[in-house]
Amino acid sequence: MAVVAAELAPPRSSRAADLRSFLLLAVLCLPALVPLAVVLSAVLTPEVEVWSHLLQYVLPEVIANTIVLVVGVSLGAAVLGTLLAWVTSACEFPGRRFFEWALLLPLAMPAYVLAFIAIGYLDYAGPLQSWLREVFGSSRWVPPIRSTGGVIAVLTLSLYPYVYLLARAAFLSQGRRAQEAARSLGMSAARAWWRVVLPMARPWIVAGAALVAMETLADFGAVSVFNYDTLTTTMYRAWFGMFSVNAALELAAVLLVFVLIVFAFERRARAGLRFATTRDLSQQAPRIRLRGARATLATCFAAVVFGLGFFFPVLQLVLWVVERAAMDLDARYFEFVMHSVVLATSAALIISAASLLVAYLERHHGTLMVKLLVRIATSGYAIPGTVLAIGIVVPIIGVNNTLQSWLSAWLGPSAPALLLQGTLITVLLAYFARFLAVGFNPVESGLNRITAAIDEAAVSLGAAGFQLVRRVHVPLLRTSLMTAAILVFVDVMKEMPITLIARPFGWDTLAVRVFEMTSEGEWERAALPALAIVLVGLIPAALLTPRGEHVA
Amino acid sequence: MWLELHEVVRRFGTRAAVNGLSFQLERGAIGCLLGPSGCGKTTALRCIAGFEPIDDGVIRAQGVVLAKRGESIAPEKRHIGMVFQDLALFPHLNVHDNVAFGLAHVSRDERRRRVEELLTVVGLADRCFHYPHQLSGGEQQRVALARALAPKPDIVLLDEPFSSLDSELRERLGLEVRQVLKRFGATALLVTHDQREAFAVADVVGVMRDGRLEQWATPYELYHQPATRFVADFIGEGVFLPGDIVGPSAVQTELGVLHMNGGARWRPGQRVDLLLRPDDVIHDDASPLTAEVCARTFRGADFLYTLRLPSGTQLLSLVPSHHDHAIGERIGIRIEPDHVVAFERKSS
Repeated sequence: MAVVAAELAPPRSSRAADLRSFLLLAVLCLPALVPLAVVLSAVLTPEVEVWSHLLQYVLPEVIANTIVLVVGVSLGAAVLGTLLAWVTSACEFPGRRFFEWALLLPLAMPAYVLAFIAIGYLDYAGPLQSWLREVFGSSRWVPPIRSTGGVIAVLTLSLYPYVYLLARAAFLSQGRRAQEAARSLGMSAARAWWRVVLPMARPWIVAGAALVAMETLADFGAVSVFNYDTLTTTMYRAWFGMFSVNAALELAAVLLVFVLIVFAFERRARAGLRFATTRDLSQQAPRIRLRGARATLATCFAAVVFGLGFFFPVLQLVLWVVERAAMDLDARYFEFVMHSVVLATSAALIISAASLLVAYLERHHGTLMVKLLVRIATSGYAIPGTVLAIGIVVPIIGVNNTLQSWLSAWLGPSAPALLLQGTLITVLLAYFARFLAVGFNPVESGLNRITAAIDEAAVSLGAAGFQLVRRVHVPLLRTSLMTAAILVFVDVMKEMPITLIARPFGWDTLAVRVFEMTSEGEWERAALPALAIVLVGLIPAALLTPRGEHVA
Repeated sequence: MWLELHEVVRRFGTRAAVNGLSFQLERGAIGCLLGPSGCGKTTALRCIAGFEPIDDGVIRAQGVVLAKRGESIAPEKRHIGMVFQDLALFPHLNVHDNVAFGLAHVSRDERRRRVEELLTVVGLADRCFHYPHQLSGGEQQRVALARALAPKPDIVLLDEPFSSLDSELRERLGLEVRQVLKRFGATALLVTHDQREAFAVADVVGVMRDGRLEQWATPYELYHQPATRFVADFIGEGVFLPGDIVGPSAVQTELGVLHMNGGARWRPGQRVDLLLRPDDVIHDDASPLTAEVCARTFRGADFLYTLRLPSGTQLLSLVPSHHDHAIGERIGIRIEPDHVVAFERKSS
């Protein structure tokens, strides 16, 4: 096999070209590496007062909160996602085809939107409790939504689709052979499920739960709506409230330790994703046809999750929008939309172009070093936005101040004031680090589908170099590039902490508007920008086919 | 010479995949490199196409150097067409556009005329607007051939072009491909591990082993006058019958004295192995010589019997299928070789 591989490998590139691609990639790694370096340097030069303050008053509660939240949400999402995945992939019940697809829709709704709708609707002053008080005279028996349980429930409902997606892929690819083998060895169907079906899907479930844990660690918007203090919100307060760069960076270091632990978990689970089995759909196990009470139960289960995670929240949003639209639909609103669209479009274009570049470098200079650099450049998706934003803003302020002092020394008092940290470049750099992986994955897999023989066929027919790219690669990659651009666009539209911290002064986007309104408790007024974000978020959900077969 | 390889070497690390390969192909001829997997035949093809540089030797086409050590004309400038193992049709283009891909430089009318001509010849004129995934394996195969021929290349290379097809289709398509190549007067070089395919398509076949040629000859010569024991073994069926040289061209075997045509290089007393093809061993009830049937394979028109001589030596014999003999039976045989080929016996 090694011989075959050697014979089929694309022609080795020259050493100079390898070096050029290495340097280019190294530059593309900077947005992800610089924040890490900044955090590390802060850890290496600790300020005693800051640390003692953090240790005494902040960290114990915040770390406990973070752990409880991450564990609760990961477990909740794992259980909910796995059950839903199994019911929709192994059983047949009324509405199965619809729910199979619809259960992905909560992905379109950022957690912070679900969070403020939940509080706005379910809190003491909200419509539900007001109605209960009117009818029953009291609503004290309703459990408080502003609680640890509340925030866990909201994040679980918003993040379970990660587990659902992966677990479903696992169940669908298992085929019937393993189950049949278990049954032939005398296990009942239920026992076979516990002993064979579930363990075989475990790596996928763990990988999904790790993604959920990562998102929970990175979440800023939902926990701030709940005033539930985690590492991200505390960092934000240290940054804007206490103006203590060092405190923010020390907190970032603690957060990164958590991220590393989850990341290690995820890697280990991914290593187990090998025993994928059948690709042949005819080998799929026949669905278990549920009847009577069981069928009703399955439909109700799916309907309740879909209702709580998507349908009723969207309905509530629409109601609020109808109520308030006349007042909120003004010039300022269109400014928010414009700001969001400008940022998302720029990021989508830059990141898709960079993804194509990185994928080409990997294809044509596939040395170990290059592969490592690609990994680093795309690792930013694991780093919480708050850390990336602060880690990029801090050095840019440093550069800015140095340049400013040179400029002042040179021009004297007439020197213009520089404000590099207040430009779009800062926020785009942070997006680049965070979302390069989002754009890179579809482009890379698209490029991988173009075999070496396709390239060679084109070359042997006279289409080499730029012609090869124009006549073969671009048409074949068009869909992948579109996917990459759309996914990045949507992610940037939803993004909150990076935008809050690194945006130019006064550059308010839809997400920023949602943050401002929700921090003042003005749920109804947050509805209009939130609805716009949700609608944009539906684009990728619409791209996933109803059967969900194209899901990675 | 239309295509000429001289002492071509291609190394991967320390291993030489192609190790001193030399042969020549005339204009309009169809050549074939035949050999087991890993013998370097595909690498040789890729060197000719220009997808692999060569480490030593020289490749010439019509006297022009295509490649030598440290020098290589780019693949797109070689005027060499290629049909790939996995065909590599462009999935985003329909049949017409796939075939027209290499015709970017010709006028639109000329292009349409050429594509039409090619598709008619390969019998796909009505599939013009189909996409590759809508075609059967054989149809895809023919599109790939038409695409390679469209720019009128000086040489067409075919890399195991039938390997993705089932065996029944292979031989039929092999003949079709030969007819198409001949019709366009194309000079072609095929690579395969399947001798039936090689014999069906090629005028001249080179048997490769460990990166070099064992023999470069017509299929007839390969079968009847193999130059090496490896070729004798690899091509066709047969057994080696031990014997001793007793005269300038006479060999004493347990089946009597057999005469070779041209045995100048042998000395009396030398111990040799004679190659006996199944069609050299004739079933003859009148013959005093008998052998025991120890295995048989029914092939429709004939039986292939494995026979055991009293000494234990086994022979293969091809017998018309109405001679139905049971295992264990003794049948009369006669040796009637057209060409007796001898190889020095390996001392074991």
